[in-house]
Amino acid sequence: MTRPTPPALELREITAGYDRAAPVLRGVSLTVGEGEAVGLLGPSGCGKSTLAKVAALLHRPFAGTVHLGGAPARGFRHRAPRAQRTAVGVVFQQPRLAADPRLTLASLIAEPLRATGRRAEAAGRTEELARSVGLGGDLLARRPHEVSDGQLQRACLARALALRPRVLVCDEMTAMLDASTTAALVAVVEDYRERSGAALLAVGHDRTLLERWCDRTVEMAAGAEAGTALRSARRAPADTSAG
Amino acid sequence: MSQAPQKDGGSPGGRPLLSVRELSVRFRMSGGREIAAVSDVSFDLAPGECLALVGESGCGKSVLASALLGLLPRNAYVSGRALLSGPGARDALDLLAADEATLARTVRGRRVGLVPQSPAAHLTPVRTVRSQLAETVRELTGRKRGELAEATLAAAGRAAFPADHLDRYPHQLSGGLAQRAATALALVGDAPLLLADEPTTGLDRDLVERTVDELRAHTEDGCGLLIITHDLAAAERIADRVAVMYAGRVAELTAAADFFGSPGPRHPYARGLLDALPERAFAPIPGMPPELGDLPEGCAFAPRCARASDACATVPALTGGVACHHPVTATDTAQESGHDIATAPDTDGTPGAAGPYGTAGGDDADGTRQPEGSRA
Repeated sequence: MTRPTPPALELREITAGYDRAAPVLRGVSLTVGEGEAVGLLGPSGCGKSTLAKVAALLHRPFAGTVHLGGAPARGFRHRAPRAQRTAVGVVFQQPRLAADPRLTLASLIAEPLRATGRRAEAAGRTEELARSVGLGGDLLARRPHEVSDGQLQRACLARALALRPRVLVCDEMTAMLDASTTAALVAVVEDYRERSGAALLAVGHDRTLLERWCDRTVEMAAGAEAGTALRSARRAPADTSAG
Repeated sequence: MSQAPQKDGGSPGGRPLLSVRELSVRFRMSGGREIAAVSDVSFDLAPGECLALVGESGCGKSVLASALLGLLPRNAYVSGRALLSGPGARDALDLLAADEATLARTVRGRRVGLVPQSPAAHLTPVRTVRSQLAETVRELTGRKRGELAEATLAAAGRAAFPADHLDRYPHQLSGGLAQRAATALALVGDAPLLLADEPTTGLDRDLVERTVDELRAHTEDGCGLLIITHDLAAAERIADRVAVMYAGRVAELTAAADFFGSPGPRHPYARGLLDALPERAFAPIPGMPPELGDLPEGCAFAPRCARASDACATVPALTGGVACHHPVTATDTAQESGHDIATAPDTDGTPGAAGPYGTAGGDDADGTRQPEGSRA
């Protein structure tokens, strides 16, 4: 290769929050390489979810830039151009708050396809997506209140993969789930990444999980300040000692 | 970990604090459908003991907690017994047979304290923590106005809730402080049984550890703690014994040290659940749990189980702490991991003197916390 590939996701000097006078983040930078999996660790309230929302173009920062595949983000939320918006898939912590209670799981998974005018391919693709996350049979005809948290989160993950994103942002995707469902969903994400080469930003507070899952982890302290480089650690060999 | 090894946990005569026998809960749905949320659950809990009820979401563990407190909706049908012992022999009460008035006036908050799943939703949003705590202190302890303020402060202190936050409203509290406020409310009545239903959902690891350590600390005074959780690390941290639930049944009930350490879980499901942890194999159990409204005949885990055979067409009884026709033995464990089998303790544990659900009872083999070193 003559030129290095640009990183899949690059956050430069992001200052963001919900009150200009007291931003949650100040001048935070983070890079996720092409095909790389980065775990973002930090205590409750340190702003890691806010950073994840900025990365997914769901929250406009007060200052700083977001680059996707080398191209600067040209807008946030509904102002984000479709090509950029759909290049990032997001899975949130609480599937119940992230799913329209009126939709069946099948419609939920197909929603991004419909919203981007690909209704024709929705049927076949929905089945394929559902199968990839382990959902099948009559589950797809049910609505969120008729399934467990784990089943609903599987549907939300399928939805996030529907438009084949280049970057996947998982914000505490498994915090509500038991160990087996956690391992199953991580396996689905990794399977997708292997096939597609997509990059991953996994946000959470479970160090053991993120160190096992990601290529490297990045540590965010409470009230991250300008210039504080986020501490980064490469993946260590799996620690097998329990507890 | 801060807990000192517990003293002999048996109450006089080894009487358990809570004795649950063949507890079943069925929900009747429209169209004649029936949901088998809890089936034939039996266990004992001794004073000073911590039992962790673990399992996937939807396995029936929260329904079990609601059944013990009489908080199930009207379409629930409960059978079995749940005997809560009192100071005298005549104070024993079957929680499943008690009427609403008895539960409301003498049980909830007084004999059973509930630490709820989402404290932010459990607290009244329009009142300060002080006001809610004072009301609870007044109702449960009968303190008069003059001493109420001081008693409220003391109640907050017991759950390590900071006094300078008492005048805040629930939405002004962090997740950890809301949890402490709810715990403070649960502790006011000095209930001998504490029931914690997923008390750490949504908290980060440090707060999880602090919360469960604080709960555990209350067993030092002889309180029995039943903690319901999907967080295996939290269970390992504080539990004396572990009950693994699957599809409404107890699959395995065993000492926490044996479960998390050596020889490890014996039920294939429990083993799979533990192996799914990122610090272990990080491998999911294939498939998903069955629908509680449409359980397979026989062992509910058989469709996902590599060890299943024709024998699994009948529901296995809980014998010697495990409900499985083909439990994992010490030999299997040694073959899987290449461990030296000679060092593994004998796994063919005969049921303790206290019976198949063996609490500490008079015998301290089950109820006593192992020193930290032995669990590595």
